[in-house]
Amino acid sequence: MTFLTVVYALLFYFAFAVLVGGVGYRIWLYARTPSPLKIPTTPAPVTRSGVALRMLKEVTIFESLFKSNKWIWLFGWMFHAALFVILLRHFRYFQDPVWSWVSLVQPFGKYAAFAMLAGLGGLWARRVLVDRVKYISAPSDHLMLALLLAIGASGASMTFVSHTDIVGVKAFFLGLMRFDWQVIPTQPLLLLHITLVALLMIIFPFSKLLHAPGVFFSPTRNQVDNPREKRHVADWALKLEADRSK
Amino acid sequence: MADFEVPELKEYPVIPHLKEGVMAHSKPFIAKEQFQEQLGFPGELVDDWEQIAIDKMGELKGKYRSLQVFLDSCVKCGACTDKCHYYLGTTDPKNMPVARQDLFRQVYRRYYTLAGKYFPKLVGAKDMTREVLDDWYSYFHQCSQCRRCSVYCPYGIDTAEISMAAREVMDAVGVGQKYCNEIIGKVFKIGNNLGLPEPALADTLEGLEEEVYEDTGVKVLFPLDVKGADILLVTPSADFFAEPHVDGLIGYGKVFHEAGASWTISSHASEAANFGMFIGSYENMRNVSLRIREAALDLGVKRIVFGECGHAWRVAYSFLNTLAGPFDFLDPDYPIPQHICEYTYDLIQKGKLKLDKSENDHMVLTFHDSCNVARASRMGDKPGGQFEIPRAIIKAACNNFHDMPDWGIKEGTYCCGGGGGLLTDDLMEIRVKGALPRMEGLKQVVEEYGVTHMAAICAICKSQFAKVLPYYGFTMDQIVSVHQLVSQAIVLTPGEDEGETNDEPAAGSEDAAES
Ligand code: SF4
Ligand code: SF4
Repeated sequence: MTFLTVVYALLFYFAFAVLVGGVGYRIWLYARTPSPLKIPTTPAPVTRSGVALRMLKEVTIFESLFKSNKWIWLFGWMFHAALFVILLRHFRYFQDPVWSWVSLVQPFGKYAAFAMLAGLGGLWARRVLVDRVKYISAPSDHLMLALLLAIGASGASMTFVSHTDIVGVKAFFLGLMRFDWQVIPTQPLLLLHITLVALLMIIFPFSKLLHAPGVFFSPTRNQVDNPREKRHVADWALKLEADRSK
Repeated sequence: MADFEVPELKEYPVIPHLKEGVMAHSKPFIAKEQFQEQLGFPGELVDDWEQIAIDKMGELKGKYRSLQVFLDSCVKCGACTDKCHYYLGTTDPKNMPVARQDLFRQVYRRYYTLAGKYFPKLVGAKDMTREVLDDWYSYFHQCSQCRRCSVYCPYGIDTAEISMAAREVMDAVGVGQKYCNEIIGKVFKIGNNLGLPEPALADTLEGLEEEVYEDTGVKVLFPLDVKGADILLVTPSADFFAEPHVDGLIGYGKVFHEAGASWTISSHASEAANFGMFIGSYENMRNVSLRIREAALDLGVKRIVFGECGHAWRVAYSFLNTLAGPFDFLDPDYPIPQHICEYTYDLIQKGKLKLDKSENDHMVLTFHDSCNVARASRMGDKPGGQFEIPRAIIKAACNNFHDMPDWGIKEGTYCCGGGGGLLTDDLMEIRVKGALPRMEGLKQVVEEYGVTHMAAICAICKSQFAKVLPYYGFTMDQIVSVHQLVSQAIVLTPGEDEGETNDEPAAGSEDAAES
């Protein structure tokens, strides 16, 4: 057991706890907060299944974003889709044996790194070059892009530039999951990559990355348009009913 | 004509470069003590207002999921930045929806998030200061709560929700807006926004009956406070006196007449508008809505029909059941409440209205989708009915109709510029500038198809356009009501001893009278 192993093991337990606890708390908060009025943005579906379809389109093809701006859509979608494939590819470091579809994803996941970097680059370019987007950007918005780019670049380098000891990496993470710690490989690129990932996990629940759970709770998108058919009253509003004369 | 520069009309809305602070001076008059207090708000800026504002913000985000989720979810992608008519018309960056939200979000972050507490500069968090409050007062009164931004945001973030919350916080510390708050007071005291008392209302309606009789030779009734009527009509008080609104009201009367319906207006609820929504106050919105319930119960009606008004229809369609329901004492065979366009459309579908389209041949029409109808309500039973039904009515009443370009109709419609409680003379500059994209759409069909008139189904739109059209080289009478078109085209069925002036008695009048 090396000192580095202990540090990284503890870091990842901590990061995981913050991510799950933090996002879990946010989800609990959103779920608990009432939406006293029906405010779907119309034309809105009039059935539950229609809402499910609307939501599915929002999170897979970014329908509203497509309507608003083709460049943001292109870069944003490229980044998210690539990230998704890359995440699937990373499953192999956490499973033994590896599911067969995870193996199938591997080659796609490798090259998706370029799409991810290109998407992020495009988004960042807009943030610097378009005066409107520049105006609304805070330092944290730039830092977030920098962090994601650094994660992508360090990850891609391990595939395309200087290979890392993936057997050792896998052993380390499986060990973490089984509470049977294994020595962590010490290549600098790898350590950089996973440090940044841990950082991202820790920042997640305190940042705008909350858009990920948030989108599912957005009343303008997730409400059924049926206010005439169904009365919709929040608990705090029900209390007002007591003072009603008739 | 104006002491500000009226923007130049382009072919279509062009995204302008930012000019910071150019609209910071635009502020509505502040509500006086008496008007604040009658709504249950402090009369003037309270001591310790910073803390009260922060607490109110906390209370609201606990009560409204929309607020909590919207404050957390924005990624500053910029997709909404060019979607607001006030930004396009003024070039002021704080009129970009996300920047407007950020005026509120910066305070939320400072007091309610870890990042904002410990690293305010990093995430753009700010203390609640006088300067912030002044910005709020300016820019949350440059949002008509039209929700155009919410259509285009990938998370459906609706700046209107944030404007409403900000206005409620401002009311809670004693800085209310005069126009809205004074009007809500009038509704509570007298029954409508205009402060028309019952006798004046009765006079007006009698006058209308005479006017229609003189014009057509047919006795069309405009009944007030008739107990036992089937239908309660609730319509914006603008319909009772001003052009072109009143022409719409005459249209509803004629439609009811042809349907043989028994209907009435109520002096207790002689107003469909509900400015409680504009100031974000659930309680006030609820109290205004309850008048309608009381009127329906007192008069013993079976149905409630709403006249042409955008935000009134939003409150009616989306909120009335919630705020003042359940309406189990009404006839469940009809939508509760129903829009006058749904009512008229239904009759047209059933062939119960005879419309002579040629009566409107002197006009070439286009239709302005009012923002609250388009993006916050529905008509009929299918999504998008609110776009189809008014157009179907116009086409049934007129021969010449052309839609404005796609970028500014239906759910992408541009607000008239006067909604959300901005329809006041003290805000003329923002109203004129905010109308820019709509005027560009209108210009296009005027040039391409020779459009002469624009029809709308919202009292605020109609008032706003009547005032604003001249700034852009159009005339104020180019805005018309949809039911005004119906009114002109409708062929009335005379009663037994009437109709001498009608040279052509209507065919099919018998089954119309039966319905
Ligand atoms: S609601 Fe309408 S007026 Fe307000 S920011 Fe959005 S687009 Fe602009
Ligand atoms: S479109 Fe939505 S997420 Fe993007 S900047 Fe505007 S409000 Fe934020």
